[in-house]
Formats: sequence, C-alpha cells, structure tokens
Amino acid sequence: MAQITLANIAHSYAPAASPSDLALKELNHTWQDGGAYALLGPSGCGKTTLLNIISGLITPSRGRVLFGDQDVTDIPTEQRNIAQVFQFPVVYDTMTVFENLAFPLRNRGGRRAEIRARVELVARMIGLDDLLHRRARGLNPDIKQKISLGRGMVRESVNAILFDEPLTVIDPHMKWELRTQLKSLHREFGHTMIYVTHDQTEALTFADKVVMLHQGQVVQIGSPEALFERPEHSFVGHFIGSPGMNFIDARVAGRSAFIAGCEIALAQDYGIPSGHTQLGIRPEYIRLTDGDGLPAEIKGIEDVGHRRIVRAGVAGFDLNVVLPGGGGGELPGARLHFPPEHIGIYQDQWRIEGQSP
Amino acid sequence: MKGKIDNNRAWLLVLPVLALVMFSAVIPLMTVVNYAFNDTFGNNQFFWNGWGWFEEMLQSERLHAALGRQLLFTGIILLIEIPLGIVVALNMPKKGFWASLCLILMALPLLIPFNVVGTIWQIFSRVDIGLLGRAMAALGIDYNYTSDPLDAWVTLIIMDVWHWTSLVALLCYAGLQSIPGAYYQAARIDQSSRWNVFRYIELPKLSGVLSIAILLRFIDSFMIYTEPFVVTGGGPGNATTFLSIDLVKMAIGQFDLGPAAAFSLMYFLVILLISWVFYTVMVARDGEGEP
Amino acid sequence: MALELQGVSRTVNGQVHIRSANLRLEPGVINVLLGPTAAGKTSLMRLMAGLDRPSAGRILVSGTDVTGAAVQERDVAMVYQEFINYPGKSVYENIASPLRLKGKAGQEVDAAVRSTAELLKLTPLLQRKPLELSGGQQQRCALARALVKQARLVLLDEPLANLDYKLREELRAEIPNIFAQSQTIFVYATSEPEEALLLGGNTATLHEGEVCQFGPTASVYRRPATIRSAEVFSDPPINLAVGDKMGPALKLEDGHSIELAPELVGLSDGRYTLGFRAHDLSLQAPDSGYLRFDCQLTGTEVTGSETFLYLAQADRSWVGRLPGVLSRPVGETIAVWVNPQHLYLFDATGRLVACGSEPA
Repeated sequence: MAQITLANIAHSYAPAASPSDLALKELNHTWQDGGAYALLGPSGCGKTTLLNIISGLITPSRGRVLFGDQDVTDIPTEQRNIAQVFQFPVVYDTMTVFENLAFPLRNRGGRRAEIRARVELVARMIGLDDLLHRRARGLNPDIKQKISLGRGMVRESVNAILFDEPLTVIDPHMKWELRTQLKSLHREFGHTMIYVTHDQTEALTFADKVVMLHQGQVVQIGSPEALFERPEHSFVGHFIGSPGMNFIDARVAGRSAFIAGCEIALAQDYGIPSGHTQLGIRPEYIRLTDGDGLPAEIKGIEDVGHRRIVRAGVAGFDLNVVLPGGGGGELPGARLHFPPEHIGIYQDQWRIEGQSP
Repeated sequence: MKGKIDNNRAWLLVLPVLALVMFSAVIPLMTVVNYAFNDTFGNNQFFWNGWGWFEEMLQSERLHAALGRQLLFTGIILLIEIPLGIVVALNMPKKGFWASLCLILMALPLLIPFNVVGTIWQIFSRVDIGLLGRAMAALGIDYNYTSDPLDAWVTLIIMDVWHWTSLVALLCYAGLQSIPGAYYQAARIDQSSRWNVFRYIELPKLSGVLSIAILLRFIDSFMIYTEPFVVTGGGPGNATTFLSIDLVKMAIGQFDLGPAAAFSLMYFLVILLISWVFYTVMVARDGEGEP
Repeated sequence: MALELQGVSRTVNGQVHIRSANLRLEPGVINVLLGPTAAGKTSLMRLMAGLDRPSAGRILVSGTDVTGAAVQERDVAMVYQEFINYPGKSVYENIASPLRLKGKAGQEVDAAVRSTAELLKLTPLLQRKPLELSGGQQQRCALARALVKQARLVLLDEPLANLDYKLREELRAEIPNIFAQSQTIFVYATSEPEEALLLGGNTATLHEGEVCQFGPTASVYRRPATIRSAEVFSDPPINLAVGDKMGPALKLEDGHSIELAPELVGLSDGRYTLGFRAHDLSLQAPDSGYLRFDCQLTGTEVTGSETFLYLAQADRSWVGRLPGVLSRPVGETIAVWVNPQHLYLFDATGRLVACGSEPA
C-alpha cells in the first residue's frame, strides 16, 4: 500500500487543447494511504477521467502520477497493483462465486490454503458465504455486484481500490446494506479507497474526504462536514444538500448585507466586495419567525416524512426552508431569519472570508 | 414476455404468405411423399409400395457409405472452421479503417455464388492449367484431385474453409464487439492471462453466437452439393459422393424416383431432428438464467 | 372518469407477477406505485396499458370493461426509464409526432406543441435533435410527447431513475405542477420512498406482486397498514423489534420489557412486532415518556447535515438518522430513545394494530 500523488495533472481528449478544452484542469493532490475518498460531481465533470488516470487507463496529457515514491505515469493498469469495481457487475459467468473471488489471487500464484482462507474471510464479510459454490451465471445483479466488490477486496496488498459508481444498478434497500459493508471492509482492511459518484449521499456517507469536481476543475476538497457547512464555491453549495444552498444577490457593506432594502447582520466584516456578490445560506439554517426578518412569500409546503420543505420567494429569488419533523401544523411565521454564523458571502461564485472582530 | 393481443383480423394478413408457402414448399413436398410410397413405371401410373423404399434405403450400403462420408466431411470442416473463425475474429482490428477493410475482404467469399466458388477452385486446382495444381507440381508434390481421393478431399475441405470461415469469424466478431470494455479492464487488473481472458470472458460471451454458427455450418455443410459437384463430380470413384450428390445421381442419373424420394424424406427428417436437438439445447442453456 | 382494477392477477408460467390487485385511480392527482425492483410496478403498468392481459380480474375505464382491449384502443401514453425519442427528428417534431399520428395538422399542432414545450421548459430547444440534449432535457422531451397527446392514461415508469441526482431533484419538483388540473390519470412508478412523498397524491405500496396498501401518500406513510407496507415506504429501512405482550407490558426478544400506553393494554396478549422509522430515533429523551433501548453502535455515516447511526439491537440491525454531525466510537454501547407516539405496533400476521398510542 502506498500514498498516491497527482502532481500537476491535466488532461485533454483533443490533441492540441486550449485551457478551456481540458477535460480535467490542473490538479495537485495526495491521497493518503488508507483514506476513503469520493470524487463527486455531475456527469461530464471529469471525475471518470480522473479515476482512469489513477487506474492507468488514460495517460494524462500533463503531470505525473506517483504511487509512494514510484512514478507510475507510464506503467500500465495491470502493473499498478490496484483493484477496481465498475458501474455494472463484472463477473466471470462460468465460474463459481468462490472461483470468481479467488481469480485475482490464483493469477498471482498464491498458495491454495491461503487463497481459501482469504476468500472465505471476504465472502463472510460481504455475506456471500452461503453462495460460494453457486455458479455466477443466473445470480441477480445485486449479488453479482457483491461478487465484483469482493474481487476488489480480496487482494491484501493493493495500492488502492477504485469504485466507479458501484451502486448504480443496486436497489435502494440494498444500497444501505452494501454501503455499510463497504464501510466495515474499509475499517477492517484499511485499503485506500477512491469512489466516483454523482450521488451526494453516497459520496458524503462513504468518504472521509470528498473531492468535488465542476467542469473539469476541483472546486473543493474537504470533509463531508466542511462541504456542507462551508462550501468554497456556489456550485458546491448547490450540489451538496437536498435541497441545495440558497443564494440571493445581496449588497454587502462591512458587517451587513442588504437584500431588498432589508439589513441582515453578518458574523464577519467583509468590507465592500467587488463583482457579483451573493449571500448563501443552507435551507436547514433559515428560521421562520413572526418577529424580525426578511418578509417572504410562502409559495408551498412539501412534507417528505422526516421534514418539511417550505418554498418561499424573496425579492424575486426562490428560497427553500427546511423544517425538522414531518406532519401538518402551522408555520411559525412568514419572515425569514438568517443566523449570522451560518451565512456565507460569495464573490463571483467563490466564498470569501471576512475579518473577524 | 411479450403480451398477446387478440385481433383476429390479423390472420388475413398472413394469408398471402400461407399461399406462397403452399406452392413453394408444401405441394412439392407432397409430390415427393407421393413418390416415396409408390412405385411407377411412367405414364402417371402409381402402385402402392408402403414402406418398401424406406426399408430398401435404410439397408443400402451405398447410402451408408455416403452418410459416413457426409458425417466425416461435416465433422472436419466444423473442427477447422469454428476454431479458425474464432481466431480470426480475435485478431481482427477492433475499429477504424482497417476494421472496415477486414470486414469487406472477409465478406467477399460469402458473396460469391456457390457454383462460381466451385468453378474457381476447379480451375485453380487443375494440374494442367490451375495455379495451385501447377505450383504443387513445381514443388514436386504429387497432387491430382481428379485421381487421388485424398487430394480430392483436401481440395474440397480447403475450398469450404475458404468459403465459409468468414461467416463464423463475422458472427464471432459481432459477439466480441458486444463485450463491455469493463470486462477487459477487470481482467487486466486481476492479472488474468490472455488464455484466461479467452476462456472466462470471451468464450462464455460468444457461446450464443457460436451455437448459431455451428448450427448454420452444420446444416449447410450437411446439405452441400454444388461445390463438390462442380469440382469433383463426386469422384474419383465415389470418394467425394456426399448425401446430396448421391441423391441427385439416384434421382436424375438412374431415375430411381421412388428410392430417391424415400431417401430425401429421411434426409430432410435427419436435418430437422438435429436442428431441433440443437435448438432445444440452446434454449435450455439460455434458460439457466443469463440475464 | 376513473381507471379501476378489480381483482387483477397475472401469472406467467406458474410464476405470480401480480396477485389480485384492486385499485381505483382518479384523474387530477398523481398515483404512485412504490416498491423495490421486481415488486410488480412494471407488470401492473403493462396491465393498465393493455400490453399484457390479466390472468384473472377486470379492468374498467369509467365503468366500461376494457379487459381485453388492445393498447391501441386504450388511449395511453408511456414514459420509460430510458430516454426514448425519435433520434432523427427535432424536439418540435418529436413533440408533434403523437398529434400527427392522430391526423391533426397546422395551427392546432403548433399551438399544442408550443404550450407543452413551454410547460416543460423546452421552448429554446425546439429545433435541436434529442441526442444534442442533456439527459434531463431528453427526458423532458419524452414527457412532453406523453403529455401533448392528452391521453386518458399516462404511465411513467421510473422516469427519473437514469438522471443525475441534482437533475432528478429539479425535475421532481416540477412534475406535480405539470400534472395538476389535468383530466388525465397519471401513474408514476418509483422505488424511492422520498420521491413518493415529494410527488404527493396517492400511493400504492407493492411487494412481490401484491398491492400492500393504497391511499393518500401521506396517510400511507404515516399509517402503514402492514409491516410490508411500512418496509416498502421506509428509506433507510424501518427499525423492528419482536416481543410478547402480557398485560400492560411488551417483553422484547432481548429480555427487556416496555410498558404499553394505557389505550393499548386492552389488546389481546401474544406476539407483536414494534417498528419505528430511523429519524424517530434520538439520543436524548426530552421527557420521561420516551422508551429506552440499549444498542451497540456498529457504524456511523455523516452526510454533512445528518448522521446515520448503525446499531445492533438483539441481533437486529437498526438505523438512526439524526440531524447534525455526531462522532461516537464504533463498538460502544449507547442508549437510544424513541417517542412512543412514533411507534407502530403490528400483530403476529403483520397487520397494524396501533399507531402511537392510538389503536388502529
């Protein structure tokens, strides 16, 4: 096992590319040994390109890939000692489940008894021990994907395990089980895991560190909590959270923001920012009151069981407010209060820091 | 699992086809059946002969010999064409200009009419003027397909392989193209050997098209007539007299219409039976739960 | 006008696909079919469309029996999980195609296409070809084609399943507006409970070909008639515990006993299953009425705004969904609390007998 370093990596699918053509813009990052990472972004954001660069399927147009101290930029996939789980289950149909799991070990010439012990351990952890002697053909897709997962886990010494949207074909109820198993496998075996997905729940629950990509650019790398509490870019705010962060055009002066003539207190002094200034706040943090606050038009209320989503309009912008707990009941008011500690100020889409007093 | 919708007017649309099939298949077949159970001395006078012709044919050594030759021929060309087709398909370029060129070149033999294929090889192999025949003679190899049975067989087998291997290769090529790239990548990551990639990924995924290829080549070669007729005419002696050549000799050459009719009915039933067995095996295997 | 299924079953080669379904679907509200993969959502839709014939039972439209009628005679539109459009036609022509098939032309077609495109935000894209659009836009085009036809029945089979998470969220918020005030009966299949809640309307929960429950979405969610229905309508899975009731107490598998609300003491003694949803589990008890369970923490997941706790309680796996970020060491035994008002009590046959302290 080793840490993985991406040094000045950039990639373009067109030969002579201008900076705007880059499928992946310049990136420097080190993946710590044993970490659980997620690459998160919508389709076409470059996350699969990045994964393929790590796996060796793509040689980056620029930059180097290091595993530990070894430069592997020009080394093919099979010599990188990685494992990968794909979007759709890749199983060897004519083999039994046991043979499928043992295949990567047998190819590397492991001893029979060791292989058997290792396969049985992995099978037990992902709940395949009853099926070991069944032929893979004809098993349902959930189980086939478990086999793929198991084949990824079976080698002890891999540099990293890469997951390419592995839960796409899995039933929602089964996703919980597989995610839990993945977490416990990570704890048990301590592999470096890199997980590509467009699903924020999968990314945030799986990873210690989430790499958020937007149009080929890494816009933030951070813990799930940081991505939620302090999105560095308005795209992160919008993408993370359901519904995403609210952004409203505001005039900012010092420790105050003004929306439609209404003053909102801020926790920091931002001076007078130039460019397009927006105030961002999570729907979970907005409070509805009948006291002081922004007057809002309530457009609708949706009950999603464990919480209610209030659709509100302020100065021509649509805002969402999340109220904990489902069910009916009167709204506490039609004015919005923004707690200062949860407000972020964004200048041309990037979060800016103010001066603390 | 398609739903059925009842609409009886739909049957009207089938009528023209039904009429066509009546004229093209059922009526000629019934004529053959008529000949098979009767004896005739011309003048359209028929005498009931029951199973007589069938019994005679079943005991005919001439027929047994032809059947043996037929099975041997079909067996040999299947053993050559199927593996060779797979090898060719595996080595074809996957995409781009060369892939298209390969496809066109390989489709060429399939587009040539059967009797032309026969004529090409007949001339090509002739010892006096054929390129192959002259070349063999020049190399000091004693080759003459008109007099040596083994040479005749070798010529016919090579001709069939030349004519039909592309069909197997094209079917396999299509089958290989449908394997998702992820499988190959997974195999590389698993450090699978080339042989294991073939054994565990390509062959299982090809099994469907391969059964179709084997079935088609079996039926076709079991009924082979035109090419050997043009090249060797069934000779030297009876060395390359396969079932259909023998049948034609019997029916047209000797005008033994009764035995020939009984023979052709049995021939037809054998092919039907083998195709049915094939089909059943294929369906049963698919039913094993391939998604 | 309504679509009615009376005891509709379908059996194929001895396998039951649909088991005696009874449903009455009305226009103006969306009808959600909720269930995991292979629960029978698609089978039921095919029966409604007339693509398949029921093995038993009757299908009525406005009281007229249409059981044997072919799909062409039923006036149905369908939208699938895959984005199905005519690749060679522009978005405009795609939307216009069902009208042209009906033999309409000119002004009438143009007006209908433009108003439908407006509703689905496709107006700037009308001249493009479907393959030049994003997945979300392609599916909007397919939706527009289904809507413009003004069919009596529109069937949507997991239409958002192939879309990116965020696109799904956007389109999902728009769909109820599209369907409001229409004389069409809409049926929407999904495997996600939250999607059903967002869509509102009526929901039928399905499990292994059987309709477990049908009613207004919120009430099916809040008062699941059976354990099955509750399981289908819970994501994360509902937490369950089995116990024996004797007098005022319910003795659980793990040996510990809980006291039942006075209203429930009258229930007959015997075996019961207790259930509650993940977000009803908490780590503190605001008042003394809360029930306490001791569980072993087997894992945590943080989504940034919420934390999922994976717990082991007497050989059963439980999940807790709590607001905020919590970090507790795995393996620890922790006390969790549940408001008895949020408990469901199911009898030995799986039927709901009490919801909170109210007998069902």
